[in-house]
Amino acid sequence: MVAKTAAVDTRSGDPLAPTGADEALAEAAPAEFDGDRRSPGLVLLSKAASTLRGKGTVITILRRTLAVALGIVLWHFAVANDFNFIVSFEHVSSPAEVYESLRTQLAGSKFFEHIAVSIQRIAIAYSIAAVLGIIIGLAMGRSRVAYDFILPYVEILRPIPAVAWIPLAILMWPTEESSIIYITFLGALFPVILNTIAGVQQTPEVLVRAAQSLGARRMQIFRHVVLPAALPSIATGLSVSMGVAWFSLLAGEIISGQYGIGYFTWTAYHLIKYADIIVGMLTIGLLGSVSTLAVQWATAPFLKWQSKSR
Amino acid sequence: MLKVVNMHGKSAQPQPAMRQRFNADRGAIRIDRVEVAFGNGKERIMAVSETNLEIKPGEFVCILGPSGCGKSTLLNCIAGYVTPSRGRVLLDGEPVSGPGPDRGMVFQQYSLFPWKTVRENVAFGPRILGRGDPTPEAIADTFIEMVGLSRFAKRYPAELSGGMQQRVGIARALANYPRVLLMDEPFGALDSQTRHVMQESLLKIWSEFGITVVFVTHDIDEAIFLGDRVLVMSASPGQVIADIKVDLPRPRHADIAVDDSFIRLKRLCHEKIRDESTRAFEQQNK
Repeated sequence: MVAKTAAVDTRSGDPLAPTGADEALAEAAPAEFDGDRRSPGLVLLSKAASTLRGKGTVITILRRTLAVALGIVLWHFAVANDFNFIVSFEHVSSPAEVYESLRTQLAGSKFFEHIAVSIQRIAIAYSIAAVLGIIIGLAMGRSRVAYDFILPYVEILRPIPAVAWIPLAILMWPTEESSIIYITFLGALFPVILNTIAGVQQTPEVLVRAAQSLGARRMQIFRHVVLPAALPSIATGLSVSMGVAWFSLLAGEIISGQYGIGYFTWTAYHLIKYADIIVGMLTIGLLGSVSTLAVQWATAPFLKWQSKSR
Repeated sequence: MLKVVNMHGKSAQPQPAMRQRFNADRGAIRIDRVEVAFGNGKERIMAVSETNLEIKPGEFVCILGPSGCGKSTLLNCIAGYVTPSRGRVLLDGEPVSGPGPDRGMVFQQYSLFPWKTVRENVAFGPRILGRGDPTPEAIADTFIEMVGLSRFAKRYPAELSGGMQQRVGIARALANYPRVLLMDEPFGALDSQTRHVMQESLLKIWSEFGITVVFVTHDIDEAIFLGDRVLVMSASPGQVIADIKVDLPRPRHADIAVDDSFIRLKRLCHEKIRDESTRAFEQQNK
C-alpha cells in the first residue's frame, strides 16, 4: 500500500532502478518533463548517501572513491596526451591545473562572493517556488475547477526552457537581479506543482473512507489523510525542484548579471582562464548536490513513518 | 459480571466506562426496498436489485456470496459510501445519508493510516469527535489492550503483520463506540491459521459488547462459524436468495466445523450458491 507513493522508491533499494518519482511525474505530465528537466545525478547522489548506512559501508566508500580516482587519472592522461578524437582535450586543463586554480580562488574573497550571490538567488527563488508550488498543487489536486483553470498555463509554460525566458524576463523585471530570480523561480515551480498534484491524487480511497467512517469532515480529511499521503511525493518534488532551480539559475547567470557562480564560469572562458571553467563547473555540481541533500534532510522528519516500511 | 477476553486469550476485567458506551438497545438496521444501479442507459448495471432486510440490535449477520454479487455494495449502502438508487437504509429508524462515526468500518485492505502509530490510529476517531474524558489516548489504550497489542502501541502499521493490522483496524472502529460494526471481508487477506484466531477473537469481542455486526465474506465456513444469520447473495442482479438461521450454540470454537449441524448448514449454503451459479452461468451463455 505504502509502496505506491513516489518517494518510497526514491529513497530505497537499488539506486539504478527507475524511481517512483518518474512514474508519478509521467502520470501527471506524460510529456517531456522528466526527460530534460530533472537532474538524475542529484537524485542518484542522494540515494548513494542513503545507502551508505548499514553493512559494507567501508567497501562501498572504497569502491566509490576508487571510481572517482579512476576518472581523475583518465582525465589526466587524456590531457597529458592531447587526446583528440571527435572531442578534443587540447584546451582542457589538467586535474593539477584545476587544483592550483581552485587553491588560488579559495585564497581570495571574490570566488566566495560569487557563490554567496548564487546561493542567495537560489534561496529566494526556491522558497517562493516551494510555497507557491505546494499551494497551487494542493488546490489543483483537490479542486476540479482549480485544476482546469491552471492546467493550461502549466502545460504551456512548463516546456519553455529557462534560457528562452531570458529576453522577456529582462524586459519585464525592473532589475537584472529580479529577472534572474524570476527565471530560477519559474524553473523550480513546476516540479513542485506536478508532484504535489500527483501526491494528492494518489491518496488511497480506502483511507479517505476510513476517515469518513471515523467522523472526519472534509477539512479534517484533508489535514489528516490527503496531506500526509501526498507528503512523500511533495518531498520528491521539492528535491527534484532544487536541481532544476540550479539549472535555471545558471542559465540566467551566464547570459546576464555580474555575479554568481554561472557568471564566474562563463567569464573564465572569455578571460581564457580555462582551469577556472572547471573550478566553476565542479562548484556548481557540489552546490547542487549539497542543496538537494539539504532539502531531503529537511523533509525527512515528515516521512519518518516511511522508513519503517522498507 | 462479564469478562473482557483479549485476543491473547488472557482475561481482563472490562472497564465499566468502556462497556457502558455500547448501548445494547441500539444498532437496528433496516434496509428498505434498496436498489443500487451504476451507470446510465445501456451501460446501466444493476448491482443490487430490490432488497429488504431487518437486522436486530446485537445481531451478527453474515452476507455470503461470490465476488461481484453486490454484497460489498450492499454493505457500502449501510456505511453510507454508496447512495442507493432507490429505497433507503435506516439505522435505528433514522435514514443513513453518508458515512458517519455511528457505523464503524473494517476493510479488507489494510486501511490504517501509515503515518500514524497504532495509538494515533485508534485515537483518531475519539479525537475527531472531540472526546475529552477519558482522553482519546486513554480510550485508544483500552482498545489496543483489548486486541492484545499494547506492546505495539508506538509502532507504525508497516511494522505489524497483516493480522495485527486488522486487529488495530477493529480496535480503531470500536474506539468510537459505534452502534454497528461493518466488516468487508476483513480476514480475506490473512493466512488460514491467523484467520481462525481472528474469527474466534472477533466472536469474543462481539459477545462482550453486544454490538450489531454485519460481516461480508465469500467463505461459507466463516459465515456459518460467525453468524447468527447467513444471508446468501447471488450475482446479476445482486439479490439475497436465502436467509439462513444459524442455530449453533455459542460460544463457538473452531472444532464446531466438524459437527453434523455445521456440515448440514454448509451443505445448504452450497446448494443455494450452486443453483444460483448454474443459473447465472446459463443466463450468460444464452
